Amino acid sequence: MVHRYLTYGLYGAMAAVLIGIGLFSGRFMLYMTMKVMILAIFAMGYNLLLGRTGLLSFGHAAFYAAGAYGLGLVSLHLSSHPLLGIFAGLAAAFVMALVIGFFCVRHTEIYFAMLTLAFGMMVFSLIWNLRSITGGDDGLVGIMRAPLDLGFFSIPLRKANHYYFFVLFFFLLSIFLIHRIRQSSFGLILAGIHENDRRIEFAGISLRNYRLAAFVISGVFAGLAGTLGTLLESNTAPFSAHWSYSAQPVLVSLIGGIHTFAGPMVGGLIFIVLREIIERFTHNWMLWFGIILLVIIMGFRGGVVGALSGFAKQKKTASTEI
Amino acid sequence: MLQSIVHVCLAGLSAGMFIWLVASGLTLIFGVLRVLNFAHGSFYMLGAYFCYTFLRFMGENFWLGLLVGPLCVCAAGFAMERFFLRYVYHLALPYQLLLTFAFVLLFDDLVKIFWGAGSIGSPAAPGLSGSISVLGRNFPVYSLFIIGVGPLIAVAMWVFLERTWLGCIIRAASSDREMASAIGVRVPALYTGVFMFGTWLGAIGGGLAVPYVGLLTPGMGETIIIDAFVVAVIGGMGSLKGAFLGALVIGLLSSFGTRFIPTFDMFLTFILMAVILVWRPQGLFGEST
Repeated sequence: MVHRYLTYGLYGAMAAVLIGIGLFSGRFMLYMTMKVMILAIFAMGYNLLLGRTGLLSFGHAAFYAAGAYGLGLVSLHLSSHPLLGIFAGLAAAFVMALVIGFFCVRHTEIYFAMLTLAFGMMVFSLIWNLRSITGGDDGLVGIMRAPLDLGFFSIPLRKANHYYFFVLFFFLLSIFLIHRIRQSSFGLILAGIHENDRRIEFAGISLRNYRLAAFVISGVFAGLAGTLGTLLESNTAPFSAHWSYSAQPVLVSLIGGIHTFAGPMVGGLIFIVLREIIERFTHNWMLWFGIILLVIIMGFRGGVVGALSGFAKQKKTASTEI
Repeated sequence: MLQSIVHVCLAGLSAGMFIWLVASGLTLIFGVLRVLNFAHGSFYMLGAYFCYTFLRFMGENFWLGLLVGPLCVCAAGFAMERFFLRYVYHLALPYQLLLTFAFVLLFDDLVKIFWGAGSIGSPAAPGLSGSISVLGRNFPVYSLFIIGVGPLIAVAMWVFLERTWLGCIIRAASSDREMASAIGVRVPALYTGVFMFGTWLGAIGGGLAVPYVGLLTPGMGETIIIDAFVVAVIGGMGSLKGAFLGALVIGLLSSFGTRFIPTFDMFLTFILMAVILVWRPQGLFGEST
């Protein structure tokens, strides 16, 4: 019981800190915090598939790029209304995840990973080569952050501290939605698939449909991260669809802890902050992330959140024993 | 027209042979250890860089570099298997894949630290530089040499695995690890050995690539590893025969793709991989499980 209030308290404190950052800090801090939140959305959605359902995808960069290019194309050619762009990006990611997922969820384990890799690289090759539509290796440039027009009034998003609250809104919305999804009977069935898929199948549940649903949901959240990231940077990068970019949410989830809800968020924070710090001293941040990844896999597979909550639990049992 | 098609074929064959050299080690490791090694492309890269360095140190002797360089990479392979990979065989797939991915990050940055982030121009192989006329158009001699070396290694591996005592033990450990260890095979040592041999194959591929690619870049492993994955998947993961034929198919496909539909040449490769995975996940020559 105490544990639950502690968790609520932590989330409340996080929201307060985030609002405080939005009100009082400078542009650099705002930019970094937005990057953390966007990466956290990406990783939280991804972890619904990896941690909850137990499927390792190497193609989620494709859905991130679908969101990014969906928003970019609509905003450059149709209308620069941010909500319309986000809707277009989400729709693109949804359709793409549905089509790709339809083929991928037929397999699990290594075959699933390889299939998602193949489809992801297919998307990358299209973005890379269809220059006339996607801008090839330049990406789409000059995407504006138009005011958020809500009919009777409009909110400007051009400045970083205005756009910050836009991102914060979607971040909190994503936390709420993913929490609800995890706690719903649907989310519990996903956990059951991870634990023992044969038993779930014996209970008369279609594994394929549930896996597909988890795949599509995580794809849509990747798309949301893609749209928000594009509005933040005001351009799209073709390499955001590359397989090496797909490794990022995996890395983030693993650093934070894949079996916890807060893991991907904490992992996103650690990833961005650590990368920033390491890059101040050396260009070789990949080396250090490689070492961190090795340490986590060899010794701390619960990730940071897993280790911390394990520590808290240990302390509690120790105190009750005394 | 005929001349052009023959040349596209030859270019495809030589490209395919490089993919085969990398994919052979990958497939062997996957077949025995059941680990898909992302870092295998890094061994290819390390092989190239070590060969280059030794050939610079030892009086521009390419063949000596090719002999010594891959052995150094073998040492890296030994460390990776003995001290890391060995402890994750029992873990879930994501951990195994990510462990090898961690080594990709490590090796890429180590190469940048020791050899610089820029690309290095590489020398031609002595005796095999220049080109000869094939049907009235020039074709590099070295590429023809590679087209010869690929099948040679394939035959050597076939003889080793099918006709020698050690190959027999490797096949036994690959089909049933517990049974093999029950009849007295030292499976952990065997795994280390097979991993080192696979590493050596990847590094040889990298060493042979030194005169072929012209430029050594720190990211050169990341592009070939994806091709090697495609090949391993198409042929059937763990099947060397499949990897050989898959490499030929991918080499020719991308060579013809680049020549006739340059916009979609990369796309073709991946759609072939996806179609085969959906239709026949065990690959063209893999055994169904």
